[in-house]
Amino acid sequence: MASQQQSSAIKGAKVLMVGAGGIGCELLKTLALSGFQDIHIIDMDTIEVSNLNRQFLFRQSHVGQSKAKVARDAVLKFRPHMSITPHHANVRDSDFNVEFFKQFNVVLNGLDNLDARRHVNRLCLAADVPLVESGTTGFLGQVTVHVKGKTECYECKPKPAPKTYPVCTITSTPSKFIHCIVWAKDLLFAKLFGDKNQENDLNVRSSDAATSSEHANDVFERRKDEDVDQYGRRIYDHVFGYNIEVALSNEETWKTRNRPKPIYSKDVLPDKLTQLNGNLDKSGATDDFSSVSAMASLGLKNPQDKWSLMECSRVFLEALKLFFLKRVKEIGNLSFDKDDQLAVEFVTAAANIRAASFGIPLHSLFEAKGIAGNIVHAVATTNAIVAGLIVIEAIKVLQKDADNYRMTYCLQHITQKMLLMPVEPYEPDKSCYVCSETPLLLEINTHRSKLRDFVEKVVKAKLGMNFPLIMHGTNLLYEVGDDLDEAMVANYAANLEKVLSELPSPITGGTMLSVEDLQQELICNINIKHREEFDEEKEPDGMVLTGWTQAPPVEEEKANGNGASSSNELQVEPVETKKDAELEEIPESSRRKRKLPEDSEGTDVDVSNVVNETKNHKEVEKLDDDDDDDLVMFDDWASATNKKKRLQ
Amino acid sequence: MDGEELTEQETALYDRQIRVWGADAQRRLSKSHILVCGMKGTVAEFCKNIVLAGVGSLTLVDDRVVTEEALFANFLIQPDESMFGGKTIAEVCCDSLKEFNPMVRVSVEKGDLSSFGLEFYEKFDVIVVSCCSFTTKKLVNEKCRKLSKHVAFYTVDCRDSCGEIFVDLQNHKYSKQKIDETVECQLQYLSFEEATSIPWTDLPKKVSNLYFAMRVIEQFEESEGRRNGEISIHDLPGVLNLKKELCEANSRQVPDTLLERLITSAREFPPVCAIIGGILGQEVIKAISGKGDPLKNFFFFDVMDGKGIVEDIKPSPNKAN
Repeated sequence: MASQQQSSAIKGAKVLMVGAGGIGCELLKTLALSGFQDIHIIDMDTIEVSNLNRQFLFRQSHVGQSKAKVARDAVLKFRPHMSITPHHANVRDSDFNVEFFKQFNVVLNGLDNLDARRHVNRLCLAADVPLVESGTTGFLGQVTVHVKGKTECYECKPKPAPKTYPVCTITSTPSKFIHCIVWAKDLLFAKLFGDKNQENDLNVRSSDAATSSEHANDVFERRKDEDVDQYGRRIYDHVFGYNIEVALSNEETWKTRNRPKPIYSKDVLPDKLTQLNGNLDKSGATDDFSSVSAMASLGLKNPQDKWSLMECSRVFLEALKLFFLKRVKEIGNLSFDKDDQLAVEFVTAAANIRAASFGIPLHSLFEAKGIAGNIVHAVATTNAIVAGLIVIEAIKVLQKDADNYRMTYCLQHITQKMLLMPVEPYEPDKSCYVCSETPLLLEINTHRSKLRDFVEKVVKAKLGMNFPLIMHGTNLLYEVGDDLDEAMVANYAANLEKVLSELPSPITGGTMLSVEDLQQELICNINIKHREEFDEEKEPDGMVLTGWTQAPPVEEEKANGNGASSSNELQVEPVETKKDAELEEIPESSRRKRKLPEDSEGTDVDVSNVVNETKNHKEVEKLDDDDDDDLVMFDDWASATNKKKRLQ
Repeated sequence: MDGEELTEQETALYDRQIRVWGADAQRRLSKSHILVCGMKGTVAEFCKNIVLAGVGSLTLVDDRVVTEEALFANFLIQPDESMFGGKTIAEVCCDSLKEFNPMVRVSVEKGDLSSFGLEFYEKFDVIVVSCCSFTTKKLVNEKCRKLSKHVAFYTVDCRDSCGEIFVDLQNHKYSKQKIDETVECQLQYLSFEEATSIPWTDLPKKVSNLYFAMRVIEQFEESEGRRNGEISIHDLPGVLNLKKELCEANSRQVPDTLLERLITSAREFPPVCAIIGGILGQEVIKAISGKGDPLKNFFFFDVMDGKGIVEDIKPSPNKAN
């Protein structure tokens, strides 16, 4: 195979691999066998037991060590004369800037989350380095090539949003098991064991003033000298009994739904308290919290079993008790972690009791853990295939063989006689805000939304920026960075709490904002349109961003955008996936010819509509161009902060 | 299924894949016994995949002594070990594979495939042969078919940037998920001999060129008394002559450039090993678990067009009678 030209391209190449997980291990091996000599790997993760079924460079004895480093050592054993440089770090660290990226001939992604992928895409565009991107879920996989100016960038196509649920579905009207899981994990678990100061919608809203939040909060506090068993039963009765009764009193809600049934502990567990105690000795003699288990102390073994309502209730009370007896110091600081056995037991039990109350089928701990932890299905074979495809594309990229670049789908079901389906890559989307710098449109209530809402919900959550700098004309409104002085920090902190139209340089309908990320070297222009009302269910953010193409959320989402290479995310989930739907984003040509598997629906977004809308809005903006008279100059910090002080 | 439960250790290790194929499939995997022959890069990839998946046992056959060449696409051989000499490829690979998953029994069987009797093949559920002559492939396949138990038979070979898998599951029953229900299905396979002896004129027009090119090379090696892969660019005239003969007799067209590419290098191309070894791993898992549509009966991958194609090689319906 390897022609002279090809092998010299391979030998002379300097390659950056981002991710040393499922795809990463396979990729590093295949690169090494193919003759690559100089490889850098970035991965911030350490090795876990559940990685070992597919990340074959790692052994039991490596658990807890850096993936990047162990992968390097393992590959050097069979290819000792190559250079592999591991970076045990987050790819979003400022060390990995455009200059860093410029030293490579090609970047290969084996990532597991949207944020890191978008970040790498932007750095590759800024550094003008080709990117080969990949993802797998179960038997599905895909490999795509992104070369600036030649093919679409990673963000030209819509990406499905992580599924979110309306608050009232979670708090009052669950209809699926996932709703019960979200309730148990994000509301109940957080309320009992997490930060007490966090806002929490656990208590159902009711016209009854007695359940105002102040009173309700007290319910969840363990009273002084309260027996932990009594406390557990009190919580049980409150959330599964009393709260359901309160919800039932809202007749309007149940006209079209099945009425839930309140569950009280005495009905499910009539035994005396002493009898339901598990054997605490079995639940963990050591101080190692990972061995504390309600299942163990109750003698429940198989995580695949579905517990009865009674078993769920016993696990619920036992787990709650164990938190207070064995892990009391952590209470108040805990957040749900799928690798925390006791937390998974508690959430499984609570979700199942709630499911029983609402007539929803119960699930095993194994299943509940998968849903609660957003655990993605992963097998070695798909990763191996995808790694092979990545190397084939990487070699073409190094030889600048642009006519032969392909994106390839690994399919689960044979389609047009194929299991591996290559497709010609798309051209760059001229309206892509990332690679074509097309302005976005934001509809927002400028009299009600604060700068903080804009930063959190748009700049960070949607645009995926790390170090944003927000400008209105030449006026700097907000900035994140390490080298800011105190006055600036105070000024920005104050700005964050201000309503947009009341900022020193007011943002109103017709304003154009420029948002820049200095690390990613990405600038987005955003046209602001004022809008009074938003639909609470359909537009929960209270603002709508268009021109930024995101596919609608996919039902039954398996993975959301949290992941390994983004340390500040809630979940650190070391798997190698994109969402199912994204994977099955099959080219239109084949789409016409066949019916796609049902999990592929939901990704079709008519991009042209979005574009048209943006154009119309641009015209509107020209007519409605507010001028600002209250300016804060970019380089005049003293006056900005003075003005701020005067206002206070 | 069979009532035995997975141990806690197994559930923890196999968590992510149980979420793909289910606990009952995992149990069946852990009771399955696999035999492979011919430890080149593609088979090394396959072995890694099924050892990770957690089969019960894996038996390796390859008595060749480790040489520099054997290292090429095979990550199971570490160069320092190979320098000591004396050890066979199967022995060295066995040591590496054991480390991937302590729950799988990996062992070596010495001897020649064609000399093993039925009682030997009886011990396995899946047999994969690679780098074997046309005759050996047919012989082993026939032995599998004589057994009272149902043994899945595969051949796999990569030549340069192309790869081929052949599958014989005999009479295969399996289940597949259709929206909300599980459907029971059944497929009838041809043996390697039956499939490859179908006259080319009886095959549909659109069959992949790779199928024919691989048969030409197979026949060339056979007629010259060569071993599998014992072919080079110097053989091109002979190979093209044979191709011409076969094609003219059957009114088929196979490009010379494809044959040239296939014999230019005896070495495998590592990305193709990963792809073919991955597809084969997946197919073997499907066959053992009895879940999902298995491929029938040939699979081809060519780097040039990037397609992974499934061909069902069978007599065309109008000529079957």
